[in-house]
Amino acid sequence: MIRLPPFRFFTPGTLTEATRLFAEHERAVVVSGGTDLYPNMKRLQVSPPSLISLRGVRELKTIQAGADGSIHLGAGMTLTQIERHALVRERVPSLVEAIPLVSTLPLRNMGTLGGNLCLDTRCHFINQTPFWRQAVGSCLKDVGDVCRVAPGGSRCWAIASADLPPLLIALGARIRLVSERGEREIPLSELYRDDGIHYLNKMQDEILTRVILPRNENVRAGYLKLRRRGAFDFPSLGVGAALQFNADGVCESARVVLGAVTSKPLEMPQAQGLVGEKLSAPLIAGVAEAIALQARPLQLADYTYAFRKQMVAVYTSKLLNRLAD
Amino acid sequence: MSEMRIVGKPRTKIDAVSKVTGAAKYGDDMMLPRMAYGKLLRSTQPHAYIRRIDVSRARALPGVLDVITGKDLPIHYGVLPNNQDETALAMDRVRYIGEPVAAVAALDERTAERACDLIEVEYEPIKPLLTMEDALAPNAGRIHDWTRTPNAHKIVSLEFGDVEAAFGRADLVREDTFLYEGNSHVPLETHAVVAKFEGGHLTLWSGTQVPHYVQRALAQVLNIPHGHVRVILPAIGGGFGGKSEPLSFEFCASELSRRTGRPVKIVLTREEQFYTHRGRHPAKMWMKTGVKRDGELTGLAVKIFLDGGAFSSFGIASTYYTGALTPITYKVPAYKFDGVRVFTNKPPCGPKRGHGGPQPRFGFEIQLDKLAEDLGMDPIALRRRNLVEPYSTTVNSLRITSCGLSECIAQVEKGSGWQERRGKMPPGKGLGFAASAYLSGTGTTMWHPDLPHSGAHVQIDRGGAITVFCGSAEIGQGSDHLLAALVAEELGVYPEDVRVVAGDTGITPVDLGSYSSRVTFMSGNATLKATGELKAKLLEAASRVLETAPEELEFGDYEIHDRNDHANSIKLVDAIVRAEAQFGTLGATGSYSPPRLGGNYRGSVIGTSPAYSFTACVAQVDVDADTGEVRVEKLWVAHDCGRALNPTLVHGQIQGCAYMGVGEALMETQQIDGRGLHMSPSLLEYHLPTSIETPEIETILVQAIDPEGPYGAKEAGEGPQNPIVPAITNAVYQATGVRFDETPLSADKVYRALHKKKGQRETTLTIPEFRFPEPERPTPREYYGDCS
Ligand SMILES: Cc1cc2nc3c(=O)[nH]c(=O)nc-3n(C[C@H](O)[C@H](O)[C@H](O)COP(=O)(O)OP(=O)(O)OC[C@H]3O[C@@H](n4cnc5c(N)ncnc54)[C@H](O)[C@@H]3O)c2cc1C
Repeated sequence: MIRLPPFRFFTPGTLTEATRLFAEHERAVVVSGGTDLYPNMKRLQVSPPSLISLRGVRELKTIQAGADGSIHLGAGMTLTQIERHALVRERVPSLVEAIPLVSTLPLRNMGTLGGNLCLDTRCHFINQTPFWRQAVGSCLKDVGDVCRVAPGGSRCWAIASADLPPLLIALGARIRLVSERGEREIPLSELYRDDGIHYLNKMQDEILTRVILPRNENVRAGYLKLRRRGAFDFPSLGVGAALQFNADGVCESARVVLGAVTSKPLEMPQAQGLVGEKLSAPLIAGVAEAIALQARPLQLADYTYAFRKQMVAVYTSKLLNRLAD
Repeated sequence: MSEMRIVGKPRTKIDAVSKVTGAAKYGDDMMLPRMAYGKLLRSTQPHAYIRRIDVSRARALPGVLDVITGKDLPIHYGVLPNNQDETALAMDRVRYIGEPVAAVAALDERTAERACDLIEVEYEPIKPLLTMEDALAPNAGRIHDWTRTPNAHKIVSLEFGDVEAAFGRADLVREDTFLYEGNSHVPLETHAVVAKFEGGHLTLWSGTQVPHYVQRALAQVLNIPHGHVRVILPAIGGGFGGKSEPLSFEFCASELSRRTGRPVKIVLTREEQFYTHRGRHPAKMWMKTGVKRDGELTGLAVKIFLDGGAFSSFGIASTYYTGALTPITYKVPAYKFDGVRVFTNKPPCGPKRGHGGPQPRFGFEIQLDKLAEDLGMDPIALRRRNLVEPYSTTVNSLRITSCGLSECIAQVEKGSGWQERRGKMPPGKGLGFAASAYLSGTGTTMWHPDLPHSGAHVQIDRGGAITVFCGSAEIGQGSDHLLAALVAEELGVYPEDVRVVAGDTGITPVDLGSYSSRVTFMSGNATLKATGELKAKLLEAASRVLETAPEELEFGDYEIHDRNDHANSIKLVDAIVRAEAQFGTLGATGSYSPPRLGGNYRGSVIGTSPAYSFTACVAQVDVDADTGEVRVEKLWVAHDCGRALNPTLVHGQIQGCAYMGVGEALMETQQIDGRGLHMSPSLLEYHLPTSIETPEIETILVQAIDPEGPYGAKEAGEGPQNPIVPAITNAVYQATGVRFDETPLSADKVYRALHKKKGQRETTLTIPEFRFPEPERPTPREYYGDCS
């Protein structure tokens, strides 16, 4: 059996308690459902000395409607709880459709929204045991100084592998980050950096408390995922999209976001080619091709990079056609 | 025969409840007082000399009890007597990434792990040979020094009849090259052992399929008397061939126990399981088949290259099997087989469900499909034209007895609506067909060819308790249940009334183990023989009381009665008491040896079996042309298992085979990269189908009662695996019009083939360059019927 390395474990009951623990414990890391962090710790990809568990933090476990028509999702809600929540089912059907594409049911019963949005980047060369990494020689994201995917370069290419960010970014989600120093709210898209190692634009002691989805009437959104099997597998490609139409069926806004291509979810400006148009299959195909042209996956996830690139066009047009229908 | 009470009736396995409730105890559940934990240090190099190993820092770590390296267990072993090429720990050279190099015992597993990290190994790398082409190249180095041709572990060249003349007679001849990827067994339970060395005696609890072979190898390597070694099977979470030979950790746990005076447990991680492997050989194959215009086969020539990995394992048998099993389904009047197993610096390959069958079957059934199309014939009609006959001999001198292949084909043809639906399905959908045959136990054993393959002892106490002792290995397939069921049928009780003591070399007669689908047939026959003796005594005793001749008596529910007057009866327990009074303690031993089978050439016994099972499969697939994704929608599998002793278990085995076939067809590969690294050493990356990818599987039993099987039974555990992959692949052709001559049919591969740009070069499959020797040309035997 692969065991967890030793660590100290704290179970705060409130957000204040949780944020304060960071001050007392150097290099502490939050853990929520642990479905991402614990496997990574078992493989000694990370070995934080202290974990601050968010499971007992009550403030993170609510779902509320805002007066402005927005929806506030607590970051500590499990994916299953969100999927089954009446308000979410009524107002964000695209999220209800996307959640079952994440991992497996038992993992979704543990895994949380916050954990999904802060999921560590993944790469074939890092998500392995220490023995395997020793045999290949270490990599940048580990303790080494060479990237095993693109040995010439100096950056880590591990990919953003969570399923929900592409959809939530397309929906214009904002997030709230809380620490001892205070609180801030930023667009979800700004959370991410295109760097496999430092992939989040936040301090280690900032806790993601909630996701705020703006009012989204007349928005049609969806998410498609390429993976080998109908369960378990992380995305080899994810496509999230949200389109808004006016009464005449003219597209007023369009966002397409790709997951599992680079180290951050990639918002594709080529989607603007849909705006001001009535959508047709040829138009969509053109935009999808333009998007695929700009997507350059590397050989570090399941399936060949060539296929993943080809599937960008296929999945994007499949999704957009569905939303345009 | 009077009506059967147990045999042929669907029944719950006697150990089902313990498995489902978690009561069953597996290797890792074993806890003994003062038990220590072992861990193996493994090679990070695919090929290297070990220049130095320093274990002093590991030894000094508090909690570490002992550390051993290659020189502490220097005696070689191997599952086959003529290939003793393994040591428990690498001696002076490592040959694949993951090969065990040192072993540690410590008070807990974490300490053992940390101690492994403290062992310093200095390697001097040797150029690794990671493909068969590289290993067979003229100036390649050697992985083992003892092979005559560098890295050619085993070469077989046989020609039965004149193949060139046969191609001359044909109206149409096809040549194709195929690639069947290697894959692993992936049992749910990883290897787990506990060794206890006490007073010069070793007891090893190991989840092995072959307790007898493990006992033999332990005595040899630990250099202690055979009788001082006892191997006991706990409950086992699946084997599928990966647990059918003695393996490193079994020796290491035993030696560490001997040295520390404590029981030692070793449980492998999933990653280690992939390095231990012994899975399906990757095979590159060339096939040439000739047919007459009416579909009659004239001849078949094949060349097969098996990528064996770093050690021999069952490799000799694997090589012969890939040649022997192909001509069993259809009459092949002339057949040439060239096969070579090649050493490479990868985890060793061995037997996996269907051992040696699936790879050539894949090529042959696809080639027949192509020939049928070339001839304008229905693929099933082409097969029908050439079906083997029951009670006949194949061109390579294999004796076929009962054969329900024709009925199997008829069943899947009808069940799938083949005639009405094929060719008339919407775009992207298609049906494909394949058939196969498999052994009910190998007809030979290499260690002691003259000794029985299975022994059983049955004893009855005066209170009516019935116990069967047999060395057979229950690995989930239901062998314990079947022994109980056979005895229960014979003696008028129920399977739940019979205690089965199996898989314990200390107290059970030898059975060779659970491989080559041999247990039902062989230990079943041995058990029936033993039971028969007791039955005669009980009838004799009853006959005195009932004043009726023994021939007129039969067993009913817990009684013996007059077959013409059931009221004239005696309770079974009373008959038992009478019999014990008359004959003394009631116990009897039976054994089974297969008849002398095979041809007049070297290796001809490999591939022989006292009986063959037959299978036919139709697959229905749906291919998404946009994404290349293949979905298997349904499988119809008809299997001739002889008498289905317990239909529930047979259906289960067919389902399991079909599931495994879907995995091999669509996604499973044991992929080793250019560094010698396993590309998917976890359950997340090694893709097994989930329930979502698993199609509806319709299983159909065809029961061609075999004259030599127990109650006419043959096998069900491996045969149905063989036709699944080619049937799916043939269906994909029907669905897309594109042929795939390789596994697996992953979406990227299918997409690439479906969207090939004009002028884009096709990647053609090739076989390595290699010169086979002049073949041996034996003359086929006439049908040699009953040779018991
Ligand atoms: C076999 C397997 C398959 C999987 N497949 C998929 C998949 O297909 N798609 C997918 O998206 N995911 C997949 N996952 C990952 C995972 O199950 C989900 O993404 C889940 O939502 C993660 O949430 P968690 O609460 O378990 O995260 P945790 O493991 O608790 O945390 C993950 C990371 O986020 C940080 N974090 C967690 N919560 C917060 C917070 N509130 N504020 C700041 N930082 C936080 C942690 O410090 C950690 O770095 C898979 C996991 C496994 C084991």
